[in-house]
Amino acid sequence: MIAAATLALFVAVVLVLIRAFRGPSLYDRVLAVNVFGTKTVLIISVLGFLMGRPEFMDIAILYALINFVSIIAILKFFRYRSFQVGLTRAPKVPPRTGEGEA
Amino acid sequence: MAELLETLLSWFHVVREPVGGVLLVVGGLLAIVGAVGLLRFPDIYTRLHATSVTDTGAATLMIVGMILLSPTGWVALKLVFIWVFMFLANPTASHAIANAAYTAGMEPKIGPSGDTGEADR
Repeated sequence: MIAAATLALFVAVVLVLIRAFRGPSLYDRVLAVNVFGTKTVLIISVLGFLMGRPEFMDIAILYALINFVSIIAILKFFRYRSFQVGLTRAPKVPPRTGEGEA
Repeated sequence: MAELLETLLSWFHVVREPVGGVLLVVGGLLAIVGAVGLLRFPDIYTRLHATSVTDTGAATLMIVGMILLSPTGWVALKLVFIWVFMFLANPTASHAIANAAYTAGMEPKIGPSGDTGEADR
C-alpha cells in the first residue's frame, strides 16, 4: 500500500516536471514548481514510512516552509525585478453598489 | 463505559493499518489526477484550478493516512504541523500565482470548448 502510494507520487512528479519544462509562460512554470514542492514534501514523508524511519518528518516540515517562501520570493522578483522593494497595500477600491451601472 | 471504550480502542487498532493504506493510495491517485490536469488544461487559470484543489486534497488524504499509520505520537504531531502549514500556505501561493499572472496581463482563454489552443500545448 505504501509502496503503491509512493509510485503514484513519482508518476505525478514526472507529469508535473513535463509541464515545468514545457510551460509556455513563466507562471505555468512557477505553478508547476509549487506543485512539485508539495509532492516532494509528501514523497519525503511517505519514504520515511516506507523505509521504517519516520524521523524524515523534520526534513518534510523544513521543505514545506522553504517551498512557500521561495514561491512568494520568485513571484515578487518577477513583478518588481528586485528583492528589495517594500510590499505595500493595494489602493482601496470603493465597493460596487449596483446603482448607476449599465 | 470503560468496556465500550476498550472495545472501540481495540477495533481502532485493528482497522488502523488498512484504512491508512487505502487513504494513502487514494491520495496518490488524486495527485496523479491533479498532475494530468496541470498537463492537459489549456491556460494558466484552468491549470491553477486543476492543481490547487487536488494538491491540498491529496496532501490532506495522505497525511491523514500517515497519521493513522504512525508508530508514535510525535510523528503524528509533526504530520499535523505539516498539514496545518500546507492548508494555510498552498491556497495563499495559488492566489499569489493567479494575482501575478493577472497583473502581468495574461488573458484567460474564453471561447468554444473545441478551441483549446493546440499551438502552445
